[in-house]
Amino acid sequence: MATEAHVQAPETWSPLFGRLTLDWIPYHEPILVGTFSAIVLGGIAALILMTYFKLWGPLWRDWLTSVDHKKIGIMYMVLGFVMFIRGFADALMMRAQQAMAAGGAEGYLPPHHYDQVFTAHGVIMIFFVAMAFITGIMNFVMPTQIGARDVAFPFLNNFSFWMTVAGALLVNISLFIGEFARVGWLAFPPLSGSAFSHGPGVDYYLWALQIAGVGTTLSGVNLLATIFKMRAKGMKLFDMPVFTWTTLCTNVLIVAAFPVLTATLTMLTLDRYLDFHFFTNDLGGNAMMYVNLIWIWGHPEVYILILPIFGVFSEIVQTFSGKPLFGYKTMVWATACIMVLSFIVWLHHFFTMGSGANVNTFFGITTMIIAVPTGVKVFNWLFTMYKGRVQFEVPMLWTTGFIVTFAIGGMTGVLLAVPPVDFQLHNTLFLIAHFHNVIIGGVVFGVYAAVTFWWPKAFGFKLDDKWGRRTFWFWCVGFYFAFMPLYALGLMGVTRRLQSYMDQAWQIYFIIAAFGAVLIACGIACGFINFAVSILRRKELAVGNDPWNARTLDWATQSPPANYNFPQDVVVSGRDAFWKMKQDGFKWSTNYSDIHMPNNTATGIIVAAMALVFGFAMIWYIWWLAAITFIGMIATVIAHTFNYNQDHWIPAAKVAETEAKGEVA
Amino acid sequence: MSAHSDTSHGTMGQLMTGFALAAILSIIPFALVMMETDIAPSTLVAIIMGLGAVQIVVHLVYFLHLKSSTEEGWTLAATVLAVVIVAIVLAGSLWVMHNMNANMMPMTEGNMVMDPEATPGASMSGHEDHN
Repeated sequence: MATEAHVQAPETWSPLFGRLTLDWIPYHEPILVGTFSAIVLGGIAALILMTYFKLWGPLWRDWLTSVDHKKIGIMYMVLGFVMFIRGFADALMMRAQQAMAAGGAEGYLPPHHYDQVFTAHGVIMIFFVAMAFITGIMNFVMPTQIGARDVAFPFLNNFSFWMTVAGALLVNISLFIGEFARVGWLAFPPLSGSAFSHGPGVDYYLWALQIAGVGTTLSGVNLLATIFKMRAKGMKLFDMPVFTWTTLCTNVLIVAAFPVLTATLTMLTLDRYLDFHFFTNDLGGNAMMYVNLIWIWGHPEVYILILPIFGVFSEIVQTFSGKPLFGYKTMVWATACIMVLSFIVWLHHFFTMGSGANVNTFFGITTMIIAVPTGVKVFNWLFTMYKGRVQFEVPMLWTTGFIVTFAIGGMTGVLLAVPPVDFQLHNTLFLIAHFHNVIIGGVVFGVYAAVTFWWPKAFGFKLDDKWGRRTFWFWCVGFYFAFMPLYALGLMGVTRRLQSYMDQAWQIYFIIAAFGAVLIACGIACGFINFAVSILRRKELAVGNDPWNARTLDWATQSPPANYNFPQDVVVSGRDAFWKMKQDGFKWSTNYSDIHMPNNTATGIIVAAMALVFGFAMIWYIWWLAAITFIGMIATVIAHTFNYNQDHWIPAAKVAETEAKGEVA
Repeated sequence: MSAHSDTSHGTMGQLMTGFALAAILSIIPFALVMMETDIAPSTLVAIIMGLGAVQIVVHLVYFLHLKSSTEEGWTLAATVLAVVIVAIVLAGSLWVMHNMNANMMPMTEGNMVMDPEATPGASMSGHEDHN
């Protein structure tokens, strides 16, 4: 993140380094130098340990080049948690700044730094935390829920993951080389255009999102093809578990909405690089068109995040209530309705931009309508619990926390859907409180619930119960402390993204919110301690293949699942397939046959590495490097199509051996 | 796991019909522009856009073999969904942007040009230049 001196430095360009000069390295910013040193020292320590324990080979062979959907899913979760630390550090910095900068005090972050922090926080939390988490969960769970051995295009899956990583790395590189955007997480022009944002910040934003967007779109295609083409024999669409249904609808939204984001960002890139005028104020451009287009992607995006989480809670509620989900069909239809309706509400993000009453009324009403299917779901979960034998294991704790918190967030959302109210509350902290209310109360709680629920499936042992409860209570209480004051401030008219403010009456609210953020920090710490403690105590926490007495096929595998998932092809008749199998006393036949599986490949990580360098070169105008890496990417992909050694057979004897091991455990 | 059922690549006759239709649909708009007819520009644009839409349908049917039977109807269902969403995005954007334009404060030619160096108010957004 550059200081004033860097921004004022004259734009120089050299053929070798483009516009990258030493002035862009922020070596006199103590916070950044400290962070950088910590990362370098940690990195060196990790390198030494890895080499000492000879882990490089296994890491490369078993994980980085893996096409196994379960391992890719776990790697997405690791990416999500790593980026979560970065995004949350930004959040703590903002809370600290606003708790201090009252009544003429400037706090410790100057505006140019503060603006980068809130932009990075939003971008990271949505694109590299929430998206990574839900893609990871969908990857890990969905194929086993439909009885498949892998996704439809295993190599593409690996490639999608590494493209997402490349985007995440670009955002983090901006911390130490150059600067990040100072324009808010959606980068509205004209502020994000070349006239007002000269530096590389917005270019980091554009290329990071475009590269990660390739991964997201391809992953959407991949998971859709998997659901349509690879369901177990006999599994009709209305036999699919609810989580698979929500995955289906989410990926339809991804495939339909992400191209809009790609096109919009491409037009902004053309504006910035080639002097086009799509979104400028002169020569016929229209900045409002950008706002319109980006929200056509943006609103489906929030449902892309929450739908799979609705699926997660549905699985958890029915498992821990010991009875089938109440209203399976209404749940499916509610999901499908949300999927379609999410495309006709986007204008509620810019009621105040100047549309007439008829347009605002239309989108206000559609927004209120979309709350109905969500309400249906809440009642379905409640009725599933009603008269069930509810076991309050940790995933269920998160679920009840979610239902209460999400209902509050949903109601403030409906409030904001009323255009006259929105004119008061637009871009205030009320809005900030609302969307954190639904994203933390929905997505974050859901991710913790999902991690606790499927952890025993992924690793063969449960997470520690005590630390799980501590994580939940710190998060839940911390959330209310952090965001309820923001609702109050929003009603007082405090706008978002304030680096400092004059009215000292607001300060106490910001201090309470900062206290809440500290509680959340404790919750996050408890979560990581939970992982560490549980891994250390994995022997005593070890469980069988079906620790929760679950209902869906993902629990019919071993824990952790063999790389082929199921030793034989599964035949399904009806819903809750695994529950039926258990009731019928199902046993796998010992008559195994060879299993056909895809080979691991390094192509994905190589192409994504080149995409990373390509993005970096484009950001800094290093044209020769951009040309080389672009040609390199195309050449590698073409070369990959000539690799005919893409699959192998696992012999029946090997399957028998693996299955016998599973019996003992 | 449903098998590959009816992924035919079409007969030569179908491909040639598609090719002829595509060619005709390209020649008509090209000719309309080149012949400099007396048709009003807005009508001309409407005709070209309309023929373009027909062109898309021809490509889908003759080259991408879109039938109600392909892949158990899923291809058609996916196409219908795509068409619905494209229609929502196009019609919605036109409606929204037209409505905003109609509600816009009238501007003179002078203050429509936005030059950050020349306009005093504009440089406030780019605070990197000061403080």
